[in-house]
Amino acid sequence: MSDLVTGCTGDWEVVIGLEVHAQVSSNAKLFSGASASFGSAPNENVSLVDAAMPGMLPVINRECVYQAIRTGLGLKAQINLTSVFDRKNYFYADLPQGYQISQFKHPIVGEGSLRIVMADGSTRDIGIERLHLEQDAGKSMHDQHPTKSYIDLNRTGVALMEIVSRPDMRSAAEAAAYVRKLRSILRYLGTCDGNMEEGSLRADVNVSVRRPGGPLGTRTETKNLNSLRFIQAAIDYEVARQIEIIEDGGTIDQETRLFDTATGATRTMRSKEDAHDYRYFPDPDLLPMIVTQVEVDALASALPELPDDIRDRLMGKYGLSAYDASVITEERDTARYYEAASDGRDRKLVANWMTVELFGALNKSGNTFENCPISPENLGELVGLISDGTISGRIAKDVFADMFETGKGAAAIVDEKGLKQVSDSGAIETLIDQVLAANQEKVDDYRGGKDKLFGFFVGQVMKESGGQANPGMVNQILRSKLDGA
Amino acid sequence: MNGLLELNAVAARDALDKKAISAVELTTAYLGAAEATAGLNNYVALTADHALALAAESDKRIASGAAGLLEGLPIGVKDLFCTKGISSTACSNILRGFVPPYESTVTANLWAAGGIMLGKLNCDEFAMGSGNETSAFGPAINPWQGKDKVDLVPGGSSGGSASAVAARSALMATGTDTGGSIRQPAAFCGVVGLKPTYGRCSRWGIVAFASSLDQAGPFTRTVADNALMMTAMASHDAKDSTSTQAPLQDLIGAVGDGVKGMKIGVPKEYVIDGMDSEVVTLWEQGQAWLRDAGAELIDVSLPHTKYALPAYYIIAPAEASSNLARYDGVRYGMRVDAETLDGMYEATRAAGFGEEVQRRIMIGTYVLSAGYYDAYYLKAQKVRRLIKGDFDAAFQIVDALLTPATPSAAFPVGRKIDDPVTNFLNDVFTVPANLAGLPGIAVPGGVTSDGLPLGLQVLGRPFDEATLYRVAGVLEQAAGFTTTPARMAGGAA
Repeated sequence: MSDLVTGCTGDWEVVIGLEVHAQVSSNAKLFSGASASFGSAPNENVSLVDAAMPGMLPVINRECVYQAIRTGLGLKAQINLTSVFDRKNYFYADLPQGYQISQFKHPIVGEGSLRIVMADGSTRDIGIERLHLEQDAGKSMHDQHPTKSYIDLNRTGVALMEIVSRPDMRSAAEAAAYVRKLRSILRYLGTCDGNMEEGSLRADVNVSVRRPGGPLGTRTETKNLNSLRFIQAAIDYEVARQIEIIEDGGTIDQETRLFDTATGATRTMRSKEDAHDYRYFPDPDLLPMIVTQVEVDALASALPELPDDIRDRLMGKYGLSAYDASVITEERDTARYYEAASDGRDRKLVANWMTVELFGALNKSGNTFENCPISPENLGELVGLISDGTISGRIAKDVFADMFETGKGAAAIVDEKGLKQVSDSGAIETLIDQVLAANQEKVDDYRGGKDKLFGFFVGQVMKESGGQANPGMVNQILRSKLDGA
Repeated sequence: MNGLLELNAVAARDALDKKAISAVELTTAYLGAAEATAGLNNYVALTADHALALAAESDKRIASGAAGLLEGLPIGVKDLFCTKGISSTACSNILRGFVPPYESTVTANLWAAGGIMLGKLNCDEFAMGSGNETSAFGPAINPWQGKDKVDLVPGGSSGGSASAVAARSALMATGTDTGGSIRQPAAFCGVVGLKPTYGRCSRWGIVAFASSLDQAGPFTRTVADNALMMTAMASHDAKDSTSTQAPLQDLIGAVGDGVKGMKIGVPKEYVIDGMDSEVVTLWEQGQAWLRDAGAELIDVSLPHTKYALPAYYIIAPAEASSNLARYDGVRYGMRVDAETLDGMYEATRAAGFGEEVQRRIMIGTYVLSAGYYDAYYLKAQKVRRLIKGDFDAAFQIVDALLTPATPSAAFPVGRKIDDPVTNFLNDVFTVPANLAGLPGIAVPGGVTSDGLPLGLQVLGRPFDEATLYRVAGVLEQAAGFTTTPARMAGGAA
């Protein structure tokens, strides 16, 4: 395996498990009617329940439960028809109840799996241990006042799904691929918006190292990473740090660590000895949560096609490469775009234009896919014009640039600018004769054995035609004129 | 005016409807009674202006023929209920001055039925106690006195409620019962108290003690009054996930239905060491009354009864330790400033919580701790299921159970406060019903040789309060309990 890390004393295998916290897409919070929207003024979305006023009681938001079940189904996981909400007790200023309502012993979703695709197209299945629902905490702000902390309870009680993987990943790249894939599935399902910058998706990373095939090493947990880059950087840092400690004769402390985004280093947050005793017990304000198989089946039948299924179809039926298929299906919108653009066209050519030209242009212009100026029908039309020989690939790039700029259709631009490919053999012959006559010396050189000059003549002819001559015909006629004479 | 206080709730409703009395007159009489018996310390807040304004509205509704079930009846509210715009403290310093911007579902139901809010009633701090002696407002006093005239506890935790109804400074009162906190004070004060089936009354807006055990219920002078008040209190509430959707039986109609042909169980385990012989005598008398009324008395066994108290004193503190975590000085109530957040928590909770509350938080925290959870909390939950199983089996044979309400009559203020374990024994007959979620009612049955009231308890099947009222109605009639306490408003003494 190429994923081994070489230290001073030999190779090390990295073992990674992830706990991802994904904010459930829902209008209201998990146990209160308050809005779960992002970006409101501090303490605007706080109900009496969220503020833990005396005598207030939680009532489950069934939609959040359904979102968790949809996610479980998307992860091909066991759905538990009976699950239990527990209280996780600890004191903090932004935790008004003094406990978080979570699921400890009986989560709503059990074991599942998730397939990751690496850059080389290889795949690996990563085990999912469980998914449970829990409340988010509020936000403490320590920089607003010299001696006081400010508390914003808007996030308090917002529904989170904690998705726990098996320790199945062996490199930072695999961990990133896992989060990318998980995010993709959540977005397809519409169960989490996957917005890592706003904190809708964040990961705790468990990392340990061991000799290949050896017993598991002691792990550390680095909390609250909210970008793929940070996840990879934190893992890389932890791996290097742990290997160095062990190779210097030290031991790894089981502890919780924080990642410093400025320095890229991790540091101790709390040691195992300081670990909280959360005193979990079933929340007596809530009855065990029962869902019926009928409800689960109804949710299952309404699920959208998921990226793995579409990817398999793209590779199997359309013959796309593993890489192209993965890139196109990462987002539901891009997959839909591709399906529309390639309908009735050369599927592979459309994939190529999408992944190279379209994604490149979007990247360069800083545009998001939602604001893509080229409609899928127009991209399909462009590829159609290439396939039927109306325009050459080179001209097509110019047309594409024009389309990206103006949003116009491909055929319209070709017509407007007279870019139609010239496939009239008489017209091409005339052009070739002119070029050969103007370059008699080079013609002689070519015929004297410098056959590399062929490309020069092609270039000259295309240039004279303004790029519109059919390159295949130019090649064919030119060769017969030069070689056949 | 004294005549007004003589009227029980049913009689007062009748007099109001006949315009023989007005709601304002009745309310004024009760406010006066509360002032006159202020020495009993059963009110922690009297809301006279609010009460009189409500009474005036009641009179209008009565005049227009739109009277509600409790129209014009003055009601005291245990301080554990949150009442909108009115101080609600659970009789704890940590909530002193807390004025909720919301009304508990139960009290909202009472006001919607035309009830008149008199004020807030004293109770044990966070309902933790059996003598109303842990209140931050000082003990409420029982209007009954023994021969030596020593102040007696009214029982607890709803001591203020029982004391006020007995002293006639409230026609009716709300209570909550987590381990006997309605039935035991009702017995100590010679009034009727019902703990409904768990889930019958909404817990929304009631300061939580132990969520899986807490249940609100009514205190009244008579069984019929109790059925009337209960009918108004109960509702399904979407805001309480443990609230039942089971329809409410006709409780008012059940009171006079008698017990002919009914099977009444007598559990042999409800005899304990140190129990007053007069309690046993009353229990036997109660059995005779029911037999005379046509019921069949059957000996039954509830074999796990002796484990109820220890299980209760694990489960209730465990839940309380978590429920009371919200009183942290951050958002409302008392705050004692300190250098650090943890320091603020410690200083606030040390100053805000009384000794008994701190004791139970410590016990609860301990039994939920890693390494102890299985041995205590989990085992207690298993015991709870066994106790529930005992009752299920018994109710296969009988329709209701008759037991003593308490092992003794009311005890002097200060006698047991320093002995928490003995204090806990007060709940021995009442706790099993809470663990099993069953309804239970305490009815006055007689007085001791010292002249103190004793109560009988009837336990029933879940959501079968009607049967309790049938049995209680027969006991009430047979007992003919007419003795009144020494320190009663408008009373002779």
